[in-house]
Amino acid sequence: MMLEALRKIAEEHRAAQKPFTSTLKVCVAAGCVSCQSDQVKKALDAAAKKSGADKTCKVKGVGCLGLCAQGPLVVSSPDNTLYRHVRPEDAEELLAAAGTSTVERLAAPANQAFYTRQKRIVTENFDRIDPEKIEDYIAADGYLALLTTLSTRSPAQVIEELIKSGLRGRGGGGYPTGLKWSTVAKAAGAEKYVICNADEGDPGAFMDRSVLESDPHRILEGMALAGYAIGAQRGYIYVRAEYPIAVKRLKLAINQAEKMQLLGNGIGGSSFNFAIEVRLGAGAFVCGEETALIASIEGKRGTPRPRPPYPAEEGLWGKPTLINNVETFGNIASIIRNGGDWYAGIGTEKSRGTKVFALAGRINNTGLIEVPMGITLREIIFDIGGGIPEGRKFKAVQTGGPSGGCIPEQFLDMPVEYESLAKVGSIMGSGGMIVMDETSCMVDVAKFFMEFCKSESCGKCVPCRVGTAQMYDLLCKISSGRATLDDLALLEDLCDTVKHTSLCGLGQTAPNPVLSTLRFFRDEYLAHIEEKRCPAGVCAMHALQEVHT
Amino acid sequence: MTIRPIAPPTDDKRWRLVDATMRRHGNKPAALIETLHTVQESFGYLEEDALRYVAASLRVPLSKIYGVATFYHFFTLKPQGRHTCAVCLGTACYIKGAQALLDALKARYGIVSGQTTDDQKLSLVTARCVGACGIAPAASLDGDVLGKLSPDELVNRIEEKTRHDA
Repeated sequence: MMLEALRKIAEEHRAAQKPFTSTLKVCVAAGCVSCQSDQVKKALDAAAKKSGADKTCKVKGVGCLGLCAQGPLVVSSPDNTLYRHVRPEDAEELLAAAGTSTVERLAAPANQAFYTRQKRIVTENFDRIDPEKIEDYIAADGYLALLTTLSTRSPAQVIEELIKSGLRGRGGGGYPTGLKWSTVAKAAGAEKYVICNADEGDPGAFMDRSVLESDPHRILEGMALAGYAIGAQRGYIYVRAEYPIAVKRLKLAINQAEKMQLLGNGIGGSSFNFAIEVRLGAGAFVCGEETALIASIEGKRGTPRPRPPYPAEEGLWGKPTLINNVETFGNIASIIRNGGDWYAGIGTEKSRGTKVFALAGRINNTGLIEVPMGITLREIIFDIGGGIPEGRKFKAVQTGGPSGGCIPEQFLDMPVEYESLAKVGSIMGSGGMIVMDETSCMVDVAKFFMEFCKSESCGKCVPCRVGTAQMYDLLCKISSGRATLDDLALLEDLCDTVKHTSLCGLGQTAPNPVLSTLRFFRDEYLAHIEEKRCPAGVCAMHALQEVHT
Repeated sequence: MTIRPIAPPTDDKRWRLVDATMRRHGNKPAALIETLHTVQESFGYLEEDALRYVAASLRVPLSKIYGVATFYHFFTLKPQGRHTCAVCLGTACYIKGAQALLDALKARYGIVSGQTTDDQKLSLVTARCVGACGIAPAASLDGDVLGKLSPDELVNRIEEKTRHDA
């Protein structure tokens, strides 16, 4: 498709929306679908047809609306009223009110900090487009960045723009994206690959799932731009099999883009060819590590290998490969459309732009948010997140999943940046944020993550395979009140060994949850060991009982 | 050299789906994981005959296939019950009481994760986060995600499902 044709589709699609004076947008992402939002949409469709309201009010499915815990969610526009806990029986009432009044009984308070404090880039289309309709994406300036780039910019200019933006990898590592792209672009060889890492394995993280379910074309466009910039003709999206809706929408999106020649051969009338395939993960956390992910795409066991050589030189099938996370690709089209300087103007000096977080655990507003870098944890948890339910006291927030750590109250006013989080022993991670209150035991939390790492260790290197099992045993001993101070010393010693001698990121970061809880909540460990008591009342103390591992 | 086509173990039509997946990926060894997904989706689990057939078709040693099939948690070599309940053990669900769900299922059906009831009606597995943290604790029953579950509610939902079979 040529640029003019794309503009025409966008205009026509926008014009087709004109006759509608109001819109009812139903969230069709996984959180709401599991509370039967599909039934709500069906009921609205049927009611609109029956009453003839379908001439003036448009009912459409949209992506994640954020407040996942209060679903099914429906937004009525132009007034932007958010309705919560909507049931199919409410359809007629909502339709009658659409565009004219508000159904107070279902409406959420307007101007909530949850919405006003956010800054949306990756999630900008979530409440605007139907994820299953490519025209919706095109009408929201979709694929504009790709087609203009193909006709006006050189690959080097794309990378230059990206370097200017200061974007860093959103999978957790924070490696500068522009630098990564230019390394792969410079790598020798005609055959190169682009991989999108959608193996979102951190328990408690669902950012990538939401992006893929709500705006799949954005990722395809980002990947195609990457292909053009580095000189690759083929891309793979490695996505978890646990995300059936995301997989379905990705496949549909690829199909639609191919039909419109926005993917495939000769994109936009240029000589650029780019094809994307979906590859399903099979439930192995270690496959989020890039070399393990490549092995898995090649049809093998997902075990990592030593680096260097890095995938940028020797990746998939031994060819230079660019691997970025879903959210990183989600930023690309916006950066190219608005310029690197625009992006660099958001956030802080070392961490530019925005970050998507998944808020969960003991917090009032569980759900998905996107905030500018540099916002404080307190603003995220207490303003946007609405604080801790049932008047309980905040204890810690866990970021970075099994590779991260628990951040206690004294650091809540710290700005969220890659460096500041690392300084307090946690990491930015992919964006999972689990809030814990006084009813959570930190030893138990450390044990939970260690059990996770122990069973997800691929077994290739000894420090990780054996070390995580031994650390888990020690944590079990502590949480059951059978440990001595010697065990604690041994645990700390093991943390150090595993951290410094493991082959890949899984083992190297596996001790982090233990180290960070030991650093800030040592008294809880001591209470378990010396007083045989769990301050939070979570761990059952069986001093004499054997622990099964 | 031409290679003689290998015949599927039975004349079950589901093998056509498996064949189609392998063909789509050029019958190359790299098709292995995608093929195992199709086998499990079609037959419910990976039986030995299926592994042998895939091994011969993709020309991958059976030992390697066994290695892959047992490495990934998603694949199972045992037949599953008529219904499968996957309790999410992600951090958010864990903090909000996923263990109580597992305890309730153990008390009611006598099975722990990875087991199937004697009457082959229900299999229990645990998932590593289904991404439904907003509605924790969550579980999926035959693929449908259920959120904000109490132990009683989960048992009731399962009872509803299994009662329909009788």
